[in-house]
Amino acid sequence: MTFAKILFWILVLPVSLLLGLFASWLVRKVSARVQWRKGPPVCQPLWDIMKLLGKETLIPQDAQQTVFIAAPLVGMAGVLLLATILAYAALFKQPLVGDIIVAIYLMVLPSLGLILGSSASASPHAAVGTSREMKLVMGYELPLVLAFVIVIINTGGILSLPTIAENTTVLSISNILAFLVALLCVQAKLGFVPFDIAEAETEIMSGVMVEYSGALLAIWKIMQALMLVALPLFLVQVFLGGFGATIWPGILKYVLVLVLIILIKNTNPRVRIDQAMKFFWVYCGILLFAAGVLAALGNLYELRWL
Amino acid sequence: MSWKIQALKRSPWVFHVNAGACNNCDIEIVNCLTPRYDIERFGIKLVGSPRHADALLITGVGTAQAAPRVKEVYRQTPKPCVVFLIGACPCGTGIFRGGYHVVGPVDKIIKEEDPNAIICYVPGCPPKPEAIISGVVKALSAL
Repeated sequence: MTFAKILFWILVLPVSLLLGLFASWLVRKVSARVQWRKGPPVCQPLWDIMKLLGKETLIPQDAQQTVFIAAPLVGMAGVLLLATILAYAALFKQPLVGDIIVAIYLMVLPSLGLILGSSASASPHAAVGTSREMKLVMGYELPLVLAFVIVIINTGGILSLPTIAENTTVLSISNILAFLVALLCVQAKLGFVPFDIAEAETEIMSGVMVEYSGALLAIWKIMQALMLVALPLFLVQVFLGGFGATIWPGILKYVLVLVLIILIKNTNPRVRIDQAMKFFWVYCGILLFAAGVLAALGNLYELRWL
Repeated sequence: MSWKIQALKRSPWVFHVNAGACNNCDIEIVNCLTPRYDIERFGIKLVGSPRHADALLITGVGTAQAAPRVKEVYRQTPKPCVVFLIGACPCGTGIFRGGYHVVGPVDKIIKEEDPNAIICYVPGCPPKPEAIISGVVKALSAL
């Protein structure tokens, strides 16, 4: 094990955590500037987490205690592992424990944690949030996996994350279509505005997290911050050609994806769950079908731009 | 000063409780979130659940219907938490004094539940957003 790898294993948790907190500050600051406000200071997410860790943790009387406490930990562990795998692939150009299929499975864990935790918390608002989150997961999971399948067709059946980044054709029509669909699916995965149906603060009082307080809520917030690192990094790695030889183009691509997500968040109203399902299955489905045909044709006739 | 209080001062999340208000103070509270006042600068955020809250903004006189609910919400809030009474009504029942439906003022209701509750009074009918922000700042610096 080289020195760089030892350093990586020591630093991966604090750096991804700080990067996540910075990204969640960026989300709030850019949103504030879009709304012509001043916005919170840089340290704000850090203060929020510290405050939540110092507060009392209440567990509802009727809640299923074990699941209620374990669910945030499961979600956070999943996202942290995903961030580690992606950062390893981006920095060392080697696969860590698995390929893209492992990463797709790990991406489901935070939503699964949310569903488990909120259904264990014995609250009607959380129950509504759970049912919405479940429908949303069924809605976006299929287009997201199909978008990855298109990239795999484009690269000729490569599954390993660093090799995909080297071989993908960024500026082909099918890749751009797949990237657009995956970006919207990531928006739903992050629980950001057009698809924040499960959280919906003004409607069902932040739905899935309604009964969480103190340290457990802090773990949910850390999980969401880590998702802001892992998911854009995943898109960069799979669709936009990864980090390359030097690190700066990769960071620029990450910031580009993050800013796109924030702008979509700030320029759209919340949709209903049936609208979201229709959007993901019908419109994204048609788009992905077209992209799939293009990718297969491009692969067959050696046309890289398709 | 402990780091818990320090962090609490920098990110007080507030939950809005209406204990029978005429809606005027509620509008002034929402006014604090607008670009003109923008209390998110100080880390103050309006949250949807009392479980996430560090401060309760209570408006309204404290009616017989609302009193048990206010107590319930206070019990659901994780401690330490601060109670803000926004407007003349929760501070001292205001123009509704002696009404058949009034069991307030709200500070009395809160103290029945917890005698050591930290309560901050922001009088006015309705208080200006500047007065609400000033009240929050004074209460937090007294912690």
